[in-house]
Amino acid sequence: MSGEVDKRRRQALIATAGVVGGAGVVAALVPFVESMEPSAKAQAAGAPVEVDISKLAPGEELTVEWRGKPVWVLRRTPRMLKTLEEVRDQLKDPESKQSIQPEFARNEHRSLKPEYLVVIGICTHLGCAPTFRPDEAPADLGPQWKGGYFCPCHGSRYDLAGRVMKGSPAPTNLVVPPYRFLSDTRLLVGAETESA
Amino acid sequence: MSNMLSGFMDWVNDRFPLKELWENHLTKYYAPKNLNFWYYFGSLAFLVLVIQIVTGIFLAMSYKPAADLAFGSVEYIMRDVNWGWLIRYMHSTGASFFFIVVYLHMFRALLYGSYKKPRELLWIVGMFIFVLLMAEAFLGYLLPWGQMSYWGAQVIISLFGAIPYIGEDLALWIRGDYVVSDVTLNRFFSFHVIAVPLILVGAVVIHLMALHHVGSNNPDGIEIKKKKGPDGVPLDGIPFHPYYTVKDLVGVAVFLIIFSIVVFYAPEMGGWFLERDNFLPADPLKTPEHIAPLWYFTPFYAILRAVPDKFLGVVAMGAAIVVLFLLPWLDRYQVKSIRYRGPVYRVALAVFVVSFIGLGYLGTIPATPVATFFARLFSVLYFLFFLLMPFYPRWDKVRPEPERVTK
Repeated sequence: MSGEVDKRRRQALIATAGVVGGAGVVAALVPFVESMEPSAKAQAAGAPVEVDISKLAPGEELTVEWRGKPVWVLRRTPRMLKTLEEVRDQLKDPESKQSIQPEFARNEHRSLKPEYLVVIGICTHLGCAPTFRPDEAPADLGPQWKGGYFCPCHGSRYDLAGRVMKGSPAPTNLVVPPYRFLSDTRLLVGAETESA
Repeated sequence: MSNMLSGFMDWVNDRFPLKELWENHLTKYYAPKNLNFWYYFGSLAFLVLVIQIVTGIFLAMSYKPAADLAFGSVEYIMRDVNWGWLIRYMHSTGASFFFIVVYLHMFRALLYGSYKKPRELLWIVGMFIFVLLMAEAFLGYLLPWGQMSYWGAQVIISLFGAIPYIGEDLALWIRGDYVVSDVTLNRFFSFHVIAVPLILVGAVVIHLMALHHVGSNNPDGIEIKKKKGPDGVPLDGIPFHPYYTVKDLVGVAVFLIIFSIVVFYAPEMGGWFLERDNFLPADPLKTPEHIAPLWYFTPFYAILRAVPDKFLGVVAMGAAIVVLFLLPWLDRYQVKSIRYRGPVYRVALAVFVVSFIGLGYLGTIPATPVATFFARLFSVLYFLFFLLMPFYPRWDKVRPEPERVTK
């Protein structure tokens, strides 16, 4: 044994130990970081919700809860669908370019099947719950009103496809959640594809 | 008796550097003899930290961090726990006073250039403490689980969602749920009572170590260490203890009088320290008419709202804080203190103060077109104060610093 220090060997050992130790620290961080992700319980509450729409009459709406948020399912009448064209020039984002929805709902009726509208019932302004006002030209909303959703908090107006009207404080259309039809009378809110 | 005591002290000092610590940081730590009113706020910030920790420990004994119990447990503290109302009002008032004291402490640095060389790190550590303090206040504000707690957290966490690509996942990770929920409340409690305070206390220790290494600045902005007597003691320095411990005690007494008046007579401060909507339990299905953060966040909230784009608004708000970190390098004056700087700096600083207070007010009121116009004006002035700072010395008339500190 000579008294000399092999500096290159020492450097290599320090570097190796540093890399291995660092990898160990990163690996040990993973469980802690992931423990903060939604738990199995929170995910179960956020799991897709099955909705029976067999009893929903034309012009009627029902509300289901998905991930703690209200989701509306509206069965639109042919007259209601016709209003979507009539209000087109009053809309901020008629093509839903700025708004959040699955690709399949980026159309005029904002849905998979024109007859059924599925939207999250939370105003995109500050999160209030708008009210369903299908009546045409009521006294309080004016003769222009063809039916839609009205937010009582700050007066945002949406049409019967959840599209926001000009002059509303809300920036974008109501959010369309992912969903798909299991059959003609059963709807699954929260998942677009089989796997999700 | 005194022999026994000094014998015991010798025994300790052989094993732990108690005498050395006492001397290095108190009796032989020399501070400039001309420290004035503005130098109270450092020790006062420490006092408020102690108040918050002590009252917090006792509140945690009766508080329940669960969505269905939290609001009720705060009311239980207020009505049924002996002296609970006092402890809780001390804690809630302490939060606001913390920011008053810290803002004044930071303003002192702007007056006397205390962030300039060699105190850049001292300033940066201080800025970290400020950011931690904002995090601590935000986390704590969710705990009473009132309407403003809930919707304030909803809005602030949504801000993270504005970050491109990772934003939504990040917001989900912070909440631990798809909406602000029991899970969020529980983890905010954990952060508020242990994680952040632990880091905060550590940062305060580092702040003090850095301070005692470089020594205090003073209203003249000159280095007292440059002129030392034959004994190695700065000619313009006096021992921190007893001189400044006694001076700071006067500050403590005045502070506690004002603090007590608020705690006993105006704990809600007309809605400024405790917002009215927070006396309603959180309701995830109903948003309050007007969401505003507490006063100490409103200058930054006003900057956020002044920008019409959601993401750029978040960027501007972040930049308003980041720019403060850069202060030591933006300030190119040869002299530190405002006393020897000219009218340019004085006017710029005055405009900055008006902008900051203006933004603070605008952040509390609804965003009407007029309010938005002024918020934009003040936001621009806020940033101009910093961005033009490197050019001030060129336009300004600077007077020479004195050799020794003045009265």
